[in-house]
Amino acid sequence: MMRTWQSARRLLPLIAVFGMVLAGCGREDLSVLRPQGPAAESSLGLMKLAISIMIVVLLIVFSIAAYVMIRFRRKPGQNETPEQVEGSFKLEVLWTVIPLILVIVLAVPTVRTVFALGDNHSGDKNAIKVKVTGHQYWWEFEYPDYGIKTAQDLIIPAGKDIAFELTTNDVLHSFWVPSLSGKIDTNPTGATNRFSFSAPKEGVYRGKCAELCGPSHGFMEFKVKAVSNDEFNQWIEAQKAPAVLPEDPALAKTFKEQCLKCHAVGDQGLSVGPNLTGIGSRQSVAGILLNDDTRQDGAPVEENLKTWLHDTQGVKPGNRMPDPSKDMGLTGDEIDRIAEYLAGYKLN
Amino acid sequence: MDWITTVDHKKIAILYLWAGGLFFGIGGIEALLIRWQLIKPMNDFVDAQTFNELITMHGTTMIFLGVMPIIFALMNAVIPLQIGARDVAFPFLNALGFWTFLFGGLLLNLSWMMGGAPDAGWTSYTPLSGTAYSGTHGVDFYTIGLQIAGLGTLIGGINFLATIITMRAPGMSFMRMPMFAWTTFITSAIILFAFPAITVGLVLLTFDRILGANFFVPGGGGSPVLWQHIFWIFGHPEVYILILPAFGIISEVIPTFARKRLFGYSSMVFATILIAFLGFMVWAHHMFTTGLGPVANALFAVSTMLIAVPTGIKIFNWLFTLWGGSVRFATPNLFASGFIPTFTMGGVTGVMLASAPADFQFHDTYFVVAHFHYVIVGGLVMGLFAGLHYWWPKMFGRMLSETLGKWTFWTFITGFHLTFFVQHFLGLMGMQRRVFTYLPNQHFDTLNLVSTIGAGLMGIGTLVFLTNIIVTSKKPPDAGDDPWEDGRTLEWSIPSPPPEYNFKQTPLVRGLDAFWKEKTAGNKGMAPAEPIGSIHMPSATPLPFIMSVGIFIAGLGFMFSRDHFGSALVSFLFNNYIVTGLGLLITFGAMLMRSLYDDHGWHIEPGELEGR
Repeated sequence: MMRTWQSARRLLPLIAVFGMVLAGCGREDLSVLRPQGPAAESSLGLMKLAISIMIVVLLIVFSIAAYVMIRFRRKPGQNETPEQVEGSFKLEVLWTVIPLILVIVLAVPTVRTVFALGDNHSGDKNAIKVKVTGHQYWWEFEYPDYGIKTAQDLIIPAGKDIAFELTTNDVLHSFWVPSLSGKIDTNPTGATNRFSFSAPKEGVYRGKCAELCGPSHGFMEFKVKAVSNDEFNQWIEAQKAPAVLPEDPALAKTFKEQCLKCHAVGDQGLSVGPNLTGIGSRQSVAGILLNDDTRQDGAPVEENLKTWLHDTQGVKPGNRMPDPSKDMGLTGDEIDRIAEYLAGYKLN
Repeated sequence: MDWITTVDHKKIAILYLWAGGLFFGIGGIEALLIRWQLIKPMNDFVDAQTFNELITMHGTTMIFLGVMPIIFALMNAVIPLQIGARDVAFPFLNALGFWTFLFGGLLLNLSWMMGGAPDAGWTSYTPLSGTAYSGTHGVDFYTIGLQIAGLGTLIGGINFLATIITMRAPGMSFMRMPMFAWTTFITSAIILFAFPAITVGLVLLTFDRILGANFFVPGGGGSPVLWQHIFWIFGHPEVYILILPAFGIISEVIPTFARKRLFGYSSMVFATILIAFLGFMVWAHHMFTTGLGPVANALFAVSTMLIAVPTGIKIFNWLFTLWGGSVRFATPNLFASGFIPTFTMGGVTGVMLASAPADFQFHDTYFVVAHFHYVIVGGLVMGLFAGLHYWWPKMFGRMLSETLGKWTFWTFITGFHLTFFVQHFLGLMGMQRRVFTYLPNQHFDTLNLVSTIGAGLMGIGTLVFLTNIIVTSKKPPDAGDDPWEDGRTLEWSIPSPPPEYNFKQTPLVRGLDAFWKEKTAGNKGMAPAEPIGSIHMPSATPLPFIMSVGIFIAGLGFMFSRDHFGSALVSFLFNNYIVTGLGLLITFGAMLMRSLYDDHGWHIEPGELEGR
């Protein structure tokens, strides 16, 4: 008995170190191990339970393995034949029953959480409804209750349940904000998925596409920005406001004729491509060129817009936007000035 | 020529081994290119499209053309010997199975040179794998290549079922059969039930792509989720098709080198059957995030977790086989002993993945990549290395170098854990799988670098194994009948390599571990079950090869049937299905010849047998 305790105490530091490693793993806005919302927390709770059970199993298997491999190693000159043991009914029952118990210990909370997370809040009047549509390689967010659409940055009020309805416009994608919730696929209409999560703390969280969807699958990123209720309402109002077009009438005309064939700003244009309203105040351009005036994580938004518009295929291979200079005949100067205009189109 | 016409299971085993080894090498190079691309953030070593082709071909090649044929190589080399048979039940079909696999594999790999490899992942999820989003012929190579290769697997599986059911030596009841024969038997049964699913799936996808059908096209009323069900109804049992033979190999190697009979033989048999049975019930655990709903997710979660129970039985039985034994760490046993903890690690992450709400986070991340590589590389490939080192002397009559073998083991297993252990953390930190690159400052950089270094080490381990083979093949044959001295099963009672008729006289089996039983009873060899007599042998024939060439041509013809070529004549030949017809004509012609001309084979007479 003493012995068992001693060996268990020796293992404690190992488990402690492992726990610390897990806790410190990754960015707060990205890592599964640092959840920022209840959905991600309940997943992590199960993970912790599963990992603990599994570490115990591994420790048992490893110790027995190490013991038999050292203890029963054939020594030089040793040539006798060991006893041929047929098996042991008791032992075999033991290692059938124990795993069965472990499985039940994990299965019960698993089933409970499956049903808890299956609750989708779509009928909840207090929940904010968002329709998510996956496109190669960008995300469209529609707020049906407010009649607005946006892209790439999902703005949500902190603390409120968000009821999602997810579909895809082309191939399958998977909507994933690791620090807020697990992922769910976007299937074509007819197999629309529903789920929900909430972000109690204000902040920006990184989202990803988790289902292979073509060359730029790895670049199909987005951000979830949780803001205060007031800020959210202001943002809604600003989104609804009439479009702001470039001041220079010639540029405005080009912008309308060329860009608004697919994109929309405010009340103008079509929403085939990403909605551009207030793009200057977003977290990134094209999901991956991070806007950062301090240049630590990226570049200022205007620079990013220029990078994007001058080389759309280079930034995001295989995307479906026509090239502004080659396909649409815009001059370099026009592109730069549109970038400048878009960078200045801010909502706050 | 001898190799093209052979129907001898031992030679077909060697063919499977070389062809599988070749594809394994190709898949390995693809893996190294993938890891090199991911060595640092925003790397541009390969472009996004090429990367997707690499991951698709790496997965497809390794599973269908790399490890499966090497499994088949070992089965072919060993199973008839272990059950005391002179060949498999249908030697002609055996050859046909090999050639269709080879030509299917060649067709698939031709895609690299013929305008684009498949790029929709080895799972080929629709609509990404439809013509609208994958415009090259890549996915056609996938559907038709795998269809042809799958034909070979199905033929092989049926053949082993028939062989094991009907051709066991007198006295070898099912409960006296070696574990590797058992796992081969169960594996073949899984093949019989799982491969028809992928066959149908591939046919439907081919129809979608080449004939413009709408089975999986959402716009035409088809369902992409349907493809996922069909694929995984095959795909999950496929995992057990891969791992059960490895379980069998480990169950042979450990008793031999521990000098002890397998602990809990009958529970091992029932655990194997149970794993196979449950393997068919759990396909939807690959689809927890598809939106099947909480009821389905809960059911599939629990049924998946149940597989841990029979698997646990196996792990502990192996450990207790070693317990109290006299354990010798020759290379095969090094791999077998390395297998146990490594596979257990893959197993426990499997249980973690089964917990559906946790899987919402794990799914499609590097955590999953780490998990299935622990199972397939840490489990199956280690098992194959164990098996190859173990049976090499029996197959080729030469002992592999122990020194190089130990180098192979240590570099491979170190590289393996370095590569894949850190990937668990990458996944948990938010790195999704199948990304051709990643942005910096996400805490992914160091772990990816470590992973790539590990992959390099695994590559070195494989090269050492290759060197071992080459060095060994240059030495004169040196293996005795029972080179590990503690052989327990029938294959060790005959010369290495065995004569083409295997057993001069069919042996009489008096118990489990038949050869060991005779040895401990003080007998020199097996007691014969029959007097020496004339042995019937099947004739060599090129027909299986010709049939496979025909199917290969037909496949190519069908695939390009809608293309326009520079030459009007070529276009005419393809567009009117003339090439397809020609290929089918060759195949059916060969079949007709096989049917019309009775070939009774030949006999080895007792006089010749004595003369040897």
